[in-house]
Amino acid sequence: MDAIATYALRLGDDSLILGQRLGEWCGHAPALEVDLSLANVALDQVGQATHFLALAGEIEGKGRDGDKLAFHRDVMDFTNCLLVEQPNGDFAQTIARQFLFSHYQELLFAALMASKDARFAAIAAKAVKEVTYHATLASDWVVRLGDGTEESRARMVEGLEWMWRFADELFAMDDVDAAAFAAGVGVDKAALREPWDQRIDAVLADATLERPAARRPVLGGRSGRHSEHLGHLLSDMQFLQRAYPGATW
Amino acid sequence: MHTTDMSGNKKAEAVAEDPAKVAAFERRVANDEFIEPKDWMPEAYRRTLVRQMSQHAHSEIVGMLPEGNWISRAPSLRRKAILLAKVQDEAGHGLYLYSAAETLGTSRDEMTEALLSGKAKYSTIFNYPTLTWADIGAIGWLVDGAAIMNQVPLQRTSYGPYARAMVRICKEESFHQRQGYEIMMHLAAGTEAQQRMAQDALNRWWWPSLMMFGPPDDKSPNTEQSMRWRIKRDTNDELRQKFVDITVPQAEAIGLTVPDPALKWNEARGAYDFGDVDWEEFYAVVKGEGPVAKERMQARVKAWDDGAWVRDAARVHAEKRAAAKLAAE
Repeated sequence: MDAIATYALRLGDDSLILGQRLGEWCGHAPALEVDLSLANVALDQVGQATHFLALAGEIEGKGRDGDKLAFHRDVMDFTNCLLVEQPNGDFAQTIARQFLFSHYQELLFAALMASKDARFAAIAAKAVKEVTYHATLASDWVVRLGDGTEESRARMVEGLEWMWRFADELFAMDDVDAAAFAAGVGVDKAALREPWDQRIDAVLADATLERPAARRPVLGGRSGRHSEHLGHLLSDMQFLQRAYPGATW
Repeated sequence: MHTTDMSGNKKAEAVAEDPAKVAAFERRVANDEFIEPKDWMPEAYRRTLVRQMSQHAHSEIVGMLPEGNWISRAPSLRRKAILLAKVQDEAGHGLYLYSAAETLGTSRDEMTEALLSGKAKYSTIFNYPTLTWADIGAIGWLVDGAAIMNQVPLQRTSYGPYARAMVRICKEESFHQRQGYEIMMHLAAGTEAQQRMAQDALNRWWWPSLMMFGPPDDKSPNTEQSMRWRIKRDTNDELRQKFVDITVPQAEAIGLTVPDPALKWNEARGAYDFGDVDWEEFYAVVKGEGPVAKERMQARVKAWDDGAWVRDAARVHAEKRAAAKLAAE
């Protein structure tokens, strides 16, 4: 795949894997309203994945459609960031993941709307409205849990601790990102870091929480070096397509 | 997703009520007027409705589990999105139904406690497992199909908030039914393995679907009163017959066989004759002896218990913010 196709693939993989994770909550959330909102976020992410993966296949031009890309690649060919593949854990851990990711995704899509490639711009324009809601939803929960009970606060701190090491990867620019940016298609993700920090800090302050201490980042998702969690997620997600090769559904 | 009359033989106990009020109420209901939350109503009417509506709401919530079991394994992005949306609709139905039932003076938490303690019932159908992807098709086609039969008449039920909730729910259920049939149609026209999967799902879901209409009319003692009160508008057996008559040709159209050797078109009646439902199995499942009843309740109890700290945090946070706002004024 060339840089632009890979760029689309990364966007699609982020959304797909996060959507898959959120879908695991369905029917098991702490309250009916939460079940509804998590399913809603999952649905938005699966929708974004559908668009971006189809676009990646189209740019690649080898006849792979979104489903082929979603269901017929192994771990080393998945390009999502490590953050989205992290296990749901408890509700606070899920919210920590959503909080860090949705603010990134909102800034990213807002910038991607200016892409020279109208296909990227169009998907981003639709998706930015969705992820703005996701960021608000996650922020509201960070505040509720952080400034709630002693237990919820401890859990929120733990959740952020788990996820924090994967935040830097969101803003890392490698050759693919640089090429997509240089072509006017992609976004300078490094430039999103400062506004992201401001947003995160403001919400944490409202939640009466400390920003987790800086630490050595864990990287590798974009080049297929994932956590152990992703393989299990894929074996679940890809089961039918793998068990019944050639069937359509 | 649906309602089943599982009230057995428990007759509502008599309460001394003003006969003039009762007569006026009966007249309004007989004239197909809607009863609204602030209107006077007999205690037994209120109790029956709370039971029926909360049972219906619980069925929506427990019903999320068998289908939720396949969200992570849905075989395409499109199927995954449709299934997620469907299960989300069910959560929404649960929410409207709990809200509608709350207008009768029972809180959602009380209803939830009744479910989790095993006091309240939910549809027997959700105590059967979803083993293959075809089960997702079969549930949409048969279970939602049966639910629609039960629910369409409830759009004209006498209690206003319930009737209005049903109008919205029925629209979504008919979409669910179509997408379920579409999954089955696709599998039935697919590979040999897919056809086998589809037939197997029909074999397993057919009889439990017929049970969804509740016990036979001669074993359903509350039917008469519920029909008089317009809480119910058709008998269990009438609805069951209607379901069979509509569903059998749908199965034939896609080359699947309904697993009932006694099934036969009866020209004179203009309806299908069909075999006896295993009512012993039905009553056992009602009592909580369904194949995965324990798993379903365990999942609901776990979600509720694990979520307690989240609900507490939300409440405490709201109180803190309200107090801070008050202090600032």
